[in-house]
Amino acid sequence: MSFVATLTAGLSNPARFMGVSRWLAPAFGVVAAVSILAGLWTGFSAPDDYQQGATVRIMFIHVPAAIMSMTAYACLAGTSFFGLVFRHALADAAAKAAAPLGAAFTALALVTGSLWGRPMWGTWWVWDARLTSELVLLLLYLGYMALYAALDDEQKAARAAAILALVGVVNLPIIHFSVVWWNSLHQGETIFAAGGSKASAVYLLPLGLMFLGYFSLFAALWLVRTRTEVWRRKAAAQALRAAR
Amino acid sequence: MSKTAALFRRELALAWGRGGGPLNALAFYAGAAILLPLAGGAEPSRLAAVSTGAAFAALALASLLSLERMFERDYDDGALDLLALGGPPLEVAAAIKALAQWLANGAPLALLSPVIAVSLGAPLALAPLIVLTALLAGLAMTFLGGAGAALALGAKRGGVLVAVIVLPLYAPPIIFGAGAVSALAQGLPWQPPLAFLAAYALGAAALTPFAMAAACRNAIG
Repeated sequence: MSFVATLTAGLSNPARFMGVSRWLAPAFGVVAAVSILAGLWTGFSAPDDYQQGATVRIMFIHVPAAIMSMTAYACLAGTSFFGLVFRHALADAAAKAAAPLGAAFTALALVTGSLWGRPMWGTWWVWDARLTSELVLLLLYLGYMALYAALDDEQKAARAAAILALVGVVNLPIIHFSVVWWNSLHQGETIFAAGGSKASAVYLLPLGLMFLGYFSLFAALWLVRTRTEVWRRKAAAQALRAAR
Repeated sequence: MSKTAALFRRELALAWGRGGGPLNALAFYAGAAILLPLAGGAEPSRLAAVSTGAAFAALALASLLSLERMFERDYDDGALDLLALGGPPLEVAAAIKALAQWLANGAPLALLSPVIAVSLGAPLALAPLIVLTALLAGLAMTFLGGAGAALALGAKRGGVLVAVIVLPLYAPPIIFGAGAVSALAQGLPWQPPLAFLAAYALGAAALTPFAMAAACRNAIG
């Protein structure tokens, strides 16, 4: 915990953040490229599933995307809280940068899930609990981005969007619970099931590699987008100063 | 106490009186419900199957209508600045606004909802539970919607924006409200979903005033 505290304290200095992220972002990018390539390779060379056939390979793209869609929202809410409470400009920039990435992962999870559902369930879409709460998550991301875009004042937009992100993070478990209560057809926990994983070891290696790859990809893109946002604000401030 | 009572009377008068008050929302609710048989066919058996669900979906849309007016007018004419300066805390003022909005808009809509559901083919025996669930769901929707309306203050095209950010949050009240009614219709225990709905509505009423107040301070600050 103290390590995390020191890390955030250190990185919350914008100059230090820019210095560290300068090499950290490409490093994450390399890890992402290598592990996604390795994950795809081992995934495609793994044997077909006895029930799902070759369609099981969609899981290597789908499951990490679904996990990252929620991880990204946690990152969004965490940085929003930091920006709201400590009025930290870098946290605002990081929150703004995380939202489109999370929306993209959510959309990827929905699309790949739909592609998997057509041969497996015989339909592109069912109103099942996890699908529906993933769709609600996508709508939450879109609402966050719409609110950010609709307010002209940069600081007010950041704070309003941060409040919305926190309202959303309180609601997400409730929405998920309510939707599960409403209906469930999705297969239960497999990888992290109680009493050990139910997924075959052949599939765990590519899945783990893809997890690592997606996580690094998100980290790399998040750092790059946050850097862009910092530069953009600097440029706007400079333009304002030059106009005076 | 008298200050909050005066504020409550003012909010209720504004929500009830200005610009048609609840009549707009009621007319919209009825209009949206009419579209269902027109679009989906009027066979009684098919309509009856979705009657309570359609009544709840239309209720959610109708409750969106007047949200924009909750804070926008006070924001435009400066009354919100005065509320932030003195009197009861802004959190209390926001809760009073939402409560008045619920009484003036949510309650009439809840009273109309069994009429809509029964006219679409729901059995009359469901009517009392429909009113109760619509009241509770309306409470949750008004407080969540108030938070959305306060966040959208100062935005361009605020009305659509409020709908976009608020509608995903309407999922739990819709699920539990319509769930309780359909459980009763099928002879299943309807008390658990009703209890969940009540818990969600009270939780929203307790927590969202803080978000509303924070959003208002942000907008006027």
